[in-house]
Amino acid sequence: MIEAERLCKVFQDKKRGQVRAVSEVSFTCKPGQIYGLLGANGAGKTTTLRMLATILEPTDGTARIAGYDLLKDPEKVRANVGFLSTATALYGRLSAFEMVQYFARLHGLDDATIEKRINALFARLEMEDFRDRRCDKLSTGMKQKVSIARTLVHDPPVMIFDEPTSGLDVMAARTIVQFIRECRDHGKTVIFSTHIMSEVEKLCDHVGIIHDGRLLAEGTLADLRQRYGQQDLEDIFVQVVEPHLPKETVAS
Amino acid sequence: MVVVPIVIMPLMSIGIGTLMIKVIGKAQEEIPKIMILGGENSPRALADLKAIKGVDVVPSTPDYRQQISDKKVRAAVDLPSDFDKSLDDGRVASVKIYDYAGDLNSGFAADKLEKSLRDYSDSTVKRRLESHNLPADFVKPFEVEKQNVAPPEKVSGAAIGGFLPYFVIILCVTGAMYPAIDLTAGEKERGTIETILCSPVSRTHLVLGKFLMVLTAALCTAILAIISMGVSFRVAKAWMASAIAAGKGGADNPFNFSIGLEAIAAVFFMVLPLAVFFSATLLAIALFAKSYKEAQSYLSPLIILVVLPAIAGILPGVELNARLAMIPVLSTSLVCKEIVSGTFHWNYIGLIFLSSCVYASAALFIAVKLFQREDVLFRT
Repeated sequence: MIEAERLCKVFQDKKRGQVRAVSEVSFTCKPGQIYGLLGANGAGKTTTLRMLATILEPTDGTARIAGYDLLKDPEKVRANVGFLSTATALYGRLSAFEMVQYFARLHGLDDATIEKRINALFARLEMEDFRDRRCDKLSTGMKQKVSIARTLVHDPPVMIFDEPTSGLDVMAARTIVQFIRECRDHGKTVIFSTHIMSEVEKLCDHVGIIHDGRLLAEGTLADLRQRYGQQDLEDIFVQVVEPHLPKETVAS
Repeated sequence: MVVVPIVIMPLMSIGIGTLMIKVIGKAQEEIPKIMILGGENSPRALADLKAIKGVDVVPSTPDYRQQISDKKVRAAVDLPSDFDKSLDDGRVASVKIYDYAGDLNSGFAADKLEKSLRDYSDSTVKRRLESHNLPADFVKPFEVEKQNVAPPEKVSGAAIGGFLPYFVIILCVTGAMYPAIDLTAGEKERGTIETILCSPVSRTHLVLGKFLMVLTAALCTAILAIISMGVSFRVAKAWMASAIAAGKGGADNPFNFSIGLEAIAAVFFMVLPLAVFFSATLLAIALFAKSYKEAQSYLSPLIILVVLPAIAGILPGVELNARLAMIPVLSTSLVCKEIVSGTFHWNYIGLIFLSSCVYASAALFIAVKLFQREDVLFRT
């Protein structure tokens, strides 16, 4: 379960002064559901997800993840979360197996469990071919699979993905999408961010449209279609976001 | 950290030893060309000079200075005219030897001339004393002899005592530098910092783990290099000794010093808090950098800040006192110099060790605090 309560994040930038990256974002995501955070680049998706993963500390507001408070028990939150983003790279000198094993050990798993889990994960994700290859010698798709294995090895109840199919080809992206669906089917709470409409339509039970750090619209796909009188998600998105764009952009 | 010290130390010591043996040996074997200038009406003196073994007397020319500077002639001796007559009359004459200061071959040639002239002078004195019926040791009322009473460790300690702590300090700081950069700015560049931050390990434990790695690297570099130095110097010393005994390589063995294991252990003990201080400081500063290159540009000037006080400790005449005891690096360098020569000022040792520990704790505290700051970790 993810319960975000009025999350805010303010950055101090030398040139721009105070930047409100995220403002009063509140939403709930239940187990067995996939929540999609939809927004353009710079909307605040990554910042929100990083706050949920306790990588960044909220300036204001808080969240409860798997029953633990972000601010009070960040380590317990991290133990129950699997976080994947474009910025979470792999250790180049470790092999795929060693990479996942290292993080499994950091999560306190014993060797027998690690062996079992890794074998299952590698089989499911078709990673046996490059099990012992160094991470810096893997292709983008293989690296993404290793990252996914890393996030899943400790079987967390909450999965946080930040643009998980970014840079992947069609087949690799399909594998990831299928995998996210399986996570939901296993009762995990899944939240992911994207700006690819088709992914949202295929996967998400709930959608949150975020723009300029604020959650402008929220609900199931059916709800949003009814509320905004549009079938296509892209049209709904534009309708939600347009009033908040600067006048010059609208005019052009 | 491992290969460079182990390869460089033997290369340096054996390389220097070989070079010295070759160069000095070659210079010693050469028969130098010398010129005899002046000496009109002094057949006795001229004959004596021409009889010197191991020199080749060439005809003198007016451009002798140029010839010596161009190394065509190694040395020249200038006798005043009527030199024989001055000696017979008991008048003091002045003989000049022209050489090329600093040139090895010229030095050897000048030495040969000087020795020959000294022998000639001695034999002249002997003749004069005999002619006056005086004993041969009339002009030597007493002998003066210098004798060293300090034990060998203290002598070598004074000579090279400053170098051991200098090396250990420099090795610690250079051994720490690259791991510190790689574990902070390097991880930022490779994108693995966020990966490790989303593991359940606390930030404090993360930074302490990195710090311990840097400290281990610093100490390993220093220990391996000192062991390598010790072994290769010992080998080179024995080798040079046998070469000198065989008549090559000059008279002085440059590796003729000994440092006890206790002294080395004591130096390492004193440098330990300093190594902690360097590791924590380098880690903290490298944390600010966004990339490897940026971190290098921050840390390279820092090496100079460490080298200068370490060198100051080597300078003879710089002694430990209460004021200098509070300056990090310099104080450790000075107290280690004393320890190596066997002097133990326990009050200074205690004071310096404790103050180093304080600086080290402060640096580690700052490193841990910086690692908690998002604006440092995710600096863009």
